Amino acid sequence: MARKLLLEHINVPGINTLEVYRQKGGYRAVEKALKTLTPDEVVEEVKKSGLRGRGGAGFPTGMKWSFLAKPEGVPRYLVCNADESEPGTFKDRYLMTYIPHALIEGMIVASYALGANTSYIYVRGEMMPQIRILEKAIAEAKAAGLLGQKILGTDYSLELYVQPGGGAYICGEETALLESLEGKRGNPRIKPPFPAIAGLYGCPTVVNNVESIAAVVPIINDGGDEYAKIGIGRSTGTKLISASGNLVKPGVYEIELGLPVEEFIYSDEYCGGIANGKRLKATVAGGSSVPILPANLTLKYANGEPRSMSYESLSEGGFATGTMLGSGGFIAFDEDQCIVRNTWNFSRFYHHESCGQCSPCREGTGWLEKILHKIEYGHGTMDDIDLLWDVQRKIEGNTICPLGDAAAWPVASAIRHFREEFEWHIKEPVKSQQQNYGIANYAVPIEKAVEVKQDNL
Amino acid sequence: MSDLVKVTIDGITVEVAPGTTILNAARQIGGDIVPPAMCYYSKLEGSGGKCRTCIVKVSKGSEKDPRPMPKLVASCRTTVMDGMEVQNITSPEVLEARSGVVEILLINHPLDCPVCDQAGECDLQNLGYEHGLQKTRYEFERRTFERIDIGDKIQLHMNRCILCYRCVFTADQITNKRVHGILNRGDHSEISTYIQTAVDNDFSGNVIDVCPVGALTDKTFRFKNRVWFTKPVDAHRNCDHEKCNGKVTLWYKGEDVLRVTARKDQFGEVEEFICNTCRFEKKNTADWVIEHPTHIPDTSVIASNHYETFKPLPVIKENLALQKANQIELEKTAKF
Repeated sequence: MARKLLLEHINVPGINTLEVYRQKGGYRAVEKALKTLTPDEVVEEVKKSGLRGRGGAGFPTGMKWSFLAKPEGVPRYLVCNADESEPGTFKDRYLMTYIPHALIEGMIVASYALGANTSYIYVRGEMMPQIRILEKAIAEAKAAGLLGQKILGTDYSLELYVQPGGGAYICGEETALLESLEGKRGNPRIKPPFPAIAGLYGCPTVVNNVESIAAVVPIINDGGDEYAKIGIGRSTGTKLISASGNLVKPGVYEIELGLPVEEFIYSDEYCGGIANGKRLKATVAGGSSVPILPANLTLKYANGEPRSMSYESLSEGGFATGTMLGSGGFIAFDEDQCIVRNTWNFSRFYHHESCGQCSPCREGTGWLEKILHKIEYGHGTMDDIDLLWDVQRKIEGNTICPLGDAAAWPVASAIRHFREEFEWHIKEPVKSQQQNYGIANYAVPIEKAVEVKQDNL
Repeated sequence: MSDLVKVTIDGITVEVAPGTTILNAARQIGGDIVPPAMCYYSKLEGSGGKCRTCIVKVSKGSEKDPRPMPKLVASCRTTVMDGMEVQNITSPEVLEARSGVVEILLINHPLDCPVCDQAGECDLQNLGYEHGLQKTRYEFERRTFERIDIGDKIQLHMNRCILCYRCVFTADQITNKRVHGILNRGDHSEISTYIQTAVDNDFSGNVIDVCPVGALTDKTFRFKNRVWFTKPVDAHRNCDHEKCNGKVTLWYKGEDVLRVTARKDQFGEVEEFICNTCRFEKKNTADWVIEHPTHIPDTSVIASNHYETFKPLPVIKENLALQKANQIELEKTAKF
């Protein structure tokens, strides 16, 4: 059984209440941090732990904290990004529903480290039950003296607020989140200035994912060095993976980074294999925005070595043969799934969620969706595939925020790896409406590249 | 001068004040290397960064940190650093990305230039000319909206809008209360916020001038004439409005003043905003003190045949056939 840090006590009855949470060792990190460590020492511990942002980009959290500007007389803010809306990702909702105090404890420690006296948890508007759970948990913590004025008798005070979002995917982008939190329309800001310099209400702000903040708790309890021992290379610690799709046991799993992908999919401890005895065709490893990979490249690198679940290993081979860990939304597709339809579905999502501020994303996402819809329903031409490729290339990298990239990557990778399936939709317009392309050779291991000897040429 | 920072754009070095954007540094150099700007407006705080036509490549970040920037950046919102090297028209990557942006801007644009009042002085038209394709690759139905009257003087034609947000910023900053905003999301976004209740403000007419396309048009000028048939003349009057100095451009057709606009500089930006009285009410020559003909750059269609004298190319002087073909023009030139 692998080590669990965040979900260790998930099955304890009543763990969502303060009483049980404290019995199981909760709020030790608050006591330790507030009473024995200075804020800078907390930041140092997090830096040592090598914790990387769990929201998608994987930027080292300790580094992000140390970038925070600290001008005199200006308040600083910590904002927790709980606007989890990426298709395929549901780990934060799970964490907030069952162990809300883990997030609140992490918020207290992180706010202390950053010197923030007001912190916000920005929760997606659709997650109303989770908002109520968090508010109840905050009230409990406040009654126990863990929040509010002079926490646990120290000089440190913190007010924690839960803010429901308006329910837009774009508000998960940190600057759009801040705009939304300020009560404006959730449009991403143009960077620079970065939030660490001028964020919420123009004050220095750190925006962190729910899981990153919750992970601060075990880091402070056990020490950063101890946390850094878990995992592999620069991917330290444990990560929550939201597994969905055609799996025997979909759900949220806490894994140690570095777990082989094959073990994650097929072992009974985790997903337990593909449902209904079918074969794996493709996976999206980190939420809808990351490139989709065929089964053979999911399990192994292009050179035949096994791939594992870590930031580096999943992105091995770049976008040509790799993908990204992203936010950990692992979606598995079995042999009966249609990649064209899935790509269209993702594009539809990005078209719907584009904020409309900058032109490539506003117009381009709609264009992608329309072309994909045309191909999926058997009206496509061969030119459309090239057009699709060209349009996604014009969007990628030319937008204000990463939503443009997120809309372009799934399309690009689907064409890169599944071009035959797109072509089949075009060549067999009638057949493609009645049956699936099937698994083809997507699960066949890739042959090892052999060096060609000069003599043979 | 130690206060100034050095920046090289397409091989031309210029010294500018710290905090200047790449676009403004390029404007100080002038000429072809100035990136086009559809949404940036120097007089509107917070504008820019949205249309992405001004993207450039930063091949060297600064003297201290010479790494190039990983992506193309919006020059209107990126400030220069000492020793920065920027590539605009010398980078094929930039030109390709820019033509991509132009294509994307045009996919939902109705391309109704033949009936659009803005034609001839339209930034999007110019941009399409320079960077666009001959043919569109977009084969789906274009997004359409109903036309909306903003008061009795301005009409909003959302189909043509490229969502540059300039009018939103104008409404925010020039007028004293917010009357403008954006409704909806993505490609359904529209300029709105109870727009039918009329923009009742002395300076609301300026949204017509800042609009880079024909989305906001002057109802007193609608379908009166093509801009290239009119003659622009700079004029002024003593305006009662405290914030308006009455410096305008009058657009004549024969004896009639067809419309009044604010004066625009070489980058198509108004020099000073004017009030609605000057813009909509004063359409008699008697109301104005005429200064001089407005300078119109040769590149604009408005300049054709009006004020710029015809300068025959050297080749015409040597070739009889060409001389014959250009006879009328040459006779005109001889009169001056």
